[in-house]
Amino acid sequence: MGLRLAQALGADDRIDEVFGVDLDDPPVGIPRLEFIRADIRSPLIARVLNATRADTLVHTNITSSVGRAGSRSQMKEINVIGTMQLMAAAQHAGRLRRVVVKSSGAIYGRLATEPSILTEDHASRRADLSGYGKDCAEAETYARDFGRRRSDVELVILRTQNMVGPTIDTGMTEYLSLPIVPTALGYDPRIQLLHEDDALAALHACVFRAPRGIYNLAGDGVVYLSQVIRRLGRPPLPLVQPTAAAAASLLRRFNLVDFPLDQLTVLMFGRVLDTRRAKEAFAFAPEYTTAEALEDFKQRRTPERRTHVGRHHSWERELFDYLNRRGANREFV
Amino acid sequence: MTPGADVIRIDARVRDVGRLRCRATTASGRPCRNYALEGDDYCAVHGRTRSNRRAAPAASTRTEPPPEAASAGVMEWLRNRLSGAYEVDDFGLDSRLLGDVLGPLIKPLYERWFRVRTVGVTRIPDVGPAMLVANHSGTIPMDSVMMTYAVAYEHPARRIVRNVGADLVYRLPFVGSLARKAGTVVAHDDDALEVLRRGELLGVFPEGFKGVGKGWRERYRLQRFGRGGFIALALRARVPIIPVAIVGAEEAYPMIGNIKPLAGLLGFPYFPVTPTWPLLGPLGLVPLPSRWIIEFGEPVAMDEYPEAAAEDPMLVFDITDTIRDRIQQMLFKNLNARGGTFL
Repeated sequence: MGLRLAQALGADDRIDEVFGVDLDDPPVGIPRLEFIRADIRSPLIARVLNATRADTLVHTNITSSVGRAGSRSQMKEINVIGTMQLMAAAQHAGRLRRVVVKSSGAIYGRLATEPSILTEDHASRRADLSGYGKDCAEAETYARDFGRRRSDVELVILRTQNMVGPTIDTGMTEYLSLPIVPTALGYDPRIQLLHEDDALAALHACVFRAPRGIYNLAGDGVVYLSQVIRRLGRPPLPLVQPTAAAAASLLRRFNLVDFPLDQLTVLMFGRVLDTRRAKEAFAFAPEYTTAEALEDFKQRRTPERRTHVGRHHSWERELFDYLNRRGANREFV
Repeated sequence: MTPGADVIRIDARVRDVGRLRCRATTASGRPCRNYALEGDDYCAVHGRTRSNRRAAPAASTRTEPPPEAASAGVMEWLRNRLSGAYEVDDFGLDSRLLGDVLGPLIKPLYERWFRVRTVGVTRIPDVGPAMLVANHSGTIPMDSVMMTYAVAYEHPARRIVRNVGADLVYRLPFVGSLARKAGTVVAHDDDALEVLRRGELLGVFPEGFKGVGKGWRERYRLQRFGRGGFIALALRARVPIIPVAIVGAEEAYPMIGNIKPLAGLLGFPYFPVTPTWPLLGPLGLVPLPSRWIIEFGEPVAMDEYPEAAAEDPMLVFDITDTIRDRIQQMLFKNLNARGGTFL
């Protein structure tokens, strides 16, 4: 996401300078991007941020992937400590006027008892969350604390629904790419998806015009998981509950699906976000409904992309790997 | 006494629309390019899912179709099912499943087994939101199913009632997903308000588990109406309340005992003992053939109260009691009018 956003902003005349911060060089040259190699987990990020004299900061580095982070503790370090350091640095960046943080719908836990359509007010208490969801909750807390201390800065927090698209790799795309799709026996959740292009457009819009606040991002409409699997033309494999968690661990072990374990409830009870607030605040208008995002994923996802990361070495491959693995935070002027 | 069958026959019209295109607009704003179904202005995907057409489950045109259309329709239906090419609403209502599968399954139960008679179904408005408030009874909440069927098949606009269900329902495997597909929503203010905001009918059973889980001796005695939350909700949404009295569900599964330890073990609010359950095993799930009357009362307008009424607990309790009294009166009246319980 970070990389694609940098490309989009680089092509936008309204922006003078774009800086990207990450641990790895971007795999492709991006016009007008000034790249800085730095780690957001280190306090040095404050100096980097100040040196750029940026007025807008976009943080897209809260990751759901244990595999890409290395381990769960690494992942937590990146998500929570990274955000903490970045927000501490942002507090001292005097020229900063706008901060956009990409969080996630994972912040809505306890799905079995929540209303069918979740507004932004239904974020679970941290005690009810674990794993990725908890990371998001903690990162958001640091962001909100920052927003409170720097009331002159417009803080925008985006909670994205599970993303799919022709290029992006997420737990959901990997899950939906399995030749046989495991499901929880007796549970047919409503699935709501966000197309990567719509996510990108929303991030881009937030750099300019979203008023401060927390916004859900998702495509319109829902599709049952059973429909999703049938539309993709894949056979489902219903598993009884105790084996489902074990299956998820196994899939991760063999690097097939990196679906956060705490998010398995999504595949039992579903999670549908209410996007009315984003639509009203900054005219968020997803081009793809859930059904269309799924169709686009089905049509444009080339077969070799269904096999897992790391076996194909094309230029494109690297770009996409980079994009998804290291969607590190980026600053933009 | 088969008003249900009458209505279905009248609606079984077959219009010759030829090969018209579907009139719907897709979610992305393009006109739908599918051919319209026979006897319909919409294609298989859009036909039953559009809000203005929700009230017309497909069973209406299926009861007496020409034979060749029937087989073509069934094939089309199966194709859509197997390819997942059908639409559901945000809450998960699968109107095709409801109209084409669940409706016909419930029909014999409604018409032959319980011989349901309805009173005042036309008091429900043809369009726009309203809240149906009904008594709850019968161990297994068969009453909500029958009430929904009554409105879907006997009301001229054939509307679908969105009943609220306790979160326990959604946690159960199979039951939870089926309940969603049948159009129920979660018993949460947000869900209820959203249903009303979309102009749909909301079905509420304020007695909750106290109603379904009460003993045989307390039959037709209304339990406490929750804490008046549903009234506050109707006041906030400014929608009329239609009191509904359901007679007959009490005798379908008369609860003569409650094995509390087993209920605790399974995490259920009660574990019922009926004359046939668990004695006869799965056979005990067959309801007794009680005779039913469902009466829909005069709507009680909520928009004549001031905006802030929902914030006034005394007023809310007051309205709650009024509604409760009305339902209780209707229950007693229809109990007398019913005659024999089973015959």
